Amino acid sequence: MRNPDALKGGAILWGPNEAQTEAPGMSPALPRVLAPPRAAKARRPRHRWLAASAGLAAALVLLPVASLLVLAFTGGWVEWPHLAQNVLPGASLTTLTLLSLVAAGTALIGVASAWLVAEHEFPLRRMLAWALVLPLAVPTYLAAYAFGEFFDFTGPVQTGFRALTGFETARDYWFPEVRSLPGLALVLISVLYPYVYLTTRMAFLMQGRHVADVARTLGAKPRAVFWRVALPVARPAVVAGVALALMETLNDLGAAEYFGVRTLTSAVYSTWLNRGSLEGAAQLALAMLVLVLLLVALERWARRRQRFGNARSTQMRRPAARRVLPGWRGIAAAFALFLPVLLGFGVPLAVFGGAASRRLETLVSPKLAEALVTTIVTAGAAATLTVLTALFLVQAARTVRSSRVQALAGAAMLGYALPGTVLGLGLLFALTAFDNGLDALLRAWLGVSTGLLVTGSAAAVVLACTIRFLALGEGALRSGFEKLPGHLDEAARCLGRSQAASLRAVVLPLLKPAILTALVLVFVDTAKELSATILLRPFGFDTLATLTYENASRGAPEDGALAALLIVLVALGPVILLSGALAQDRT
Amino acid sequence: MNFASFRAAGLALLLTTTGAMAQETVNIYSYRQPDLIKPVLDAFTAETGIETEVLFLDKGLEDRILAEGANSPADVILTVDVARLTNAKEKGVTQALDDAEVSANVPAEYRDPEGHWVGLTKRGRVVYASKDRVEEDALTYADLADPKWKGRICMRSGQHDYNLALFSAAIAHWGEEKTEEWLRGLKANLAKKPDGGDRPQAKAIHAGECDLAIGNTYYVGLMQTNEKEPEEKEWADAIRVIMPTFENGGTHVNISGAALAKNAPNRENAVELIRFLSSPKAQQIYAEQVFEYPVQPGLEPSPVVKAFGELNADTLPLAEIAKNRRTASEMVDRVGVDDGPSS
Repeated sequence: MRNPDALKGGAILWGPNEAQTEAPGMSPALPRVLAPPRAAKARRPRHRWLAASAGLAAALVLLPVASLLVLAFTGGWVEWPHLAQNVLPGASLTTLTLLSLVAAGTALIGVASAWLVAEHEFPLRRMLAWALVLPLAVPTYLAAYAFGEFFDFTGPVQTGFRALTGFETARDYWFPEVRSLPGLALVLISVLYPYVYLTTRMAFLMQGRHVADVARTLGAKPRAVFWRVALPVARPAVVAGVALALMETLNDLGAAEYFGVRTLTSAVYSTWLNRGSLEGAAQLALAMLVLVLLLVALERWARRRQRFGNARSTQMRRPAARRVLPGWRGIAAAFALFLPVLLGFGVPLAVFGGAASRRLETLVSPKLAEALVTTIVTAGAAATLTVLTALFLVQAARTVRSSRVQALAGAAMLGYALPGTVLGLGLLFALTAFDNGLDALLRAWLGVSTGLLVTGSAAAVVLACTIRFLALGEGALRSGFEKLPGHLDEAARCLGRSQAASLRAVVLPLLKPAILTALVLVFVDTAKELSATILLRPFGFDTLATLTYENASRGAPEDGALAALLIVLVALGPVILLSGALAQDRT
Repeated sequence: MNFASFRAAGLALLLTTTGAMAQETVNIYSYRQPDLIKPVLDAFTAETGIETEVLFLDKGLEDRILAEGANSPADVILTVDVARLTNAKEKGVTQALDDAEVSANVPAEYRDPEGHWVGLTKRGRVVYASKDRVEEDALTYADLADPKWKGRICMRSGQHDYNLALFSAAIAHWGEEKTEEWLRGLKANLAKKPDGGDRPQAKAIHAGECDLAIGNTYYVGLMQTNEKEPEEKEWADAIRVIMPTFENGGTHVNISGAALAKNAPNRENAVELIRFLSSPKAQQIYAEQVFEYPVQPGLEPSPVVKAFGELNADTLPLAEIAKNRRTASEMVDRVGVDDGPSS
């Protein structure tokens, strides 16, 4: 049982990569072993349109990366001696430490909470199931500010401590400094663990009972079921969640800056803004991107021989048997799960709620209401567009088994691995080139000026968020697909359904939790997206995040407290919706 | 009667239509937050009838105008920090504005020699000193490296615009070598690793973590008058402002300023806006709103700002300072200012 592959005969069937048995004239009864080996090649042309349009979608995603590549390779390399000597050694070490801490922290909290919520029964479980997602709505730079306020000298923690002990000044006692590398890691873990919680919880829910039941029948204790069966099977989901948390970490500048932690990301910005070298910044950002890709490739290589398909159909109508945690153990579980919610959501809520209560008169400002509508519309548009694109890419990768399409689908995550402003810049250059080219063309031919068609409108922002968060959608959908047994839509095809019909009738309904998760993740992330939005938005386009940041950027984040709380409120709806839908899916 | 009211309505309609058609606007790309510039822009609209549109960016404003090229809607660039203004000029997204009125309103050291940008308000980079624990009434910038302040100074990141401008000014005064030595001394005197903004440094003095901090003048005014966060008044109460000077020079000042965008579609209106912003009246509204100093000599700052003491501004041309920014930024990394005192 040590090797998850050992389970293959039972619950885990062949994976999506081997899901093709649609050679014309093949009867449903014929298993794939009987298919002629050349069949794969012969049927590929049938998916030419799918491959082509997947290529088109991927090209769009790669647009900003391509324009950054051009920028990087047309510039000089003069920044590197300085970077190599004075910046990279320290910043690399800091960044790697930070990434390790965040990976460990988010994995620990995310997996533990997902396991408790998905497989156990204890007091307040239903409420905690959605409350655990709440920190997702808090942007990292606001969380850093809130933690700074909460835990420093004048905050409630130290004030209380002084009241108890009678100390008077900061020099009288030692208190851990929150504005430090460990402090930054704590802040990031507190608001980023929901990525792991969401993806892993979905994996546990979609695992079905087979795996765990087989293990139990074979005499495995609950602990062994978790370590040897449930966790290994959920591994792709855990990795997907941790990867998202790490990319958010690499994207963060505000929190690191506020805590005075020098990361590689801050080196990108100081190269660009303080030493005036956009080329150097692009080179550094791309180097970081390569690092991310290597890490992802390494992880995929490590589980190259594993397949995670899974039959859950027989269990679909049976309510799950959650293990009841009796007495104090149930209370302890509830208490433990409250902690991350308190840190990632309670602390920011306390700080910004307090500030907002002193500014209730600004609640009626039309600017705020307008920003609220803009945020919801933008986030809704980006979420829809992103999930459609992701669905398309994943399905194409699944159907057309060419390695080129697989690589294209993998490229979808590139946008997320770049800091938001850098991605925004790449997109800005590409889109303005398009706009100005089109304008010049139409002026010459028709005498009409289209001006800045895309960059002059909100389309640029929606496009940027779609490209940036495609990895979120793709990750959630891919792990959803990986949980589906490959033979499901195959069976539908064999029963005469077209590909579209089998997708609609069989695959999509089963993917509902994954699609919902993807929608919510992208919606929430777009609602709090700042860096690309602020760079690409047109005149008069304010979101709640840009309003919040306007105040934060002049050293008064309290003045943006209401807008910040509204971001949370906007995110809350979808989060609760998702939780309810996920819970229902169990039955 | 009926006819008259009909005619009146028609006239009113005609007026509104022509009004809408003749609606004059000016598009502003701004690094300054909309709330800060609203009062002075409202005054501009009231006086000229020209409407203003503001697009706030926090990074990459110059790159965006550059990318937009000939179709850019930007008319005027508003920003703080002289290096942003010189950067805009270097990127080629500004144009020269040779205007006698503007030149008369703004002293030469706060203008681009070629007329590409103009300063509107100025702020001093000064020392916040603990009222309880610091006796000195006067300090030089050089004093900040004196070992007697070991473990007693706080500041925000050395890579921040405001500190880079200060260090650039030091390079202009002292040369690279001496500045680097001074920066090492300053780093050794730090009480903790640089972090946060300028306000948290005042808070750190209030908390007893340090005795001196480097900060901008206007933050003191903002803290003293912060009715929403009365806690900040306590921080401001804990400090005095000391205006440090360079030997044979004055206190380092930086500016907020404006530039005319290269492809300004509403050039006439843009010029009118910059003229208005440089006028004594607007300088005063603007400076009072944000607790800064007007750039024109003889104009008074707000009483709150006046109470900080006499600002004897350094006369080094700001364009000179901006040139050293890259050198300063590399020096900050080389010295490891942001690693704090220990390493």
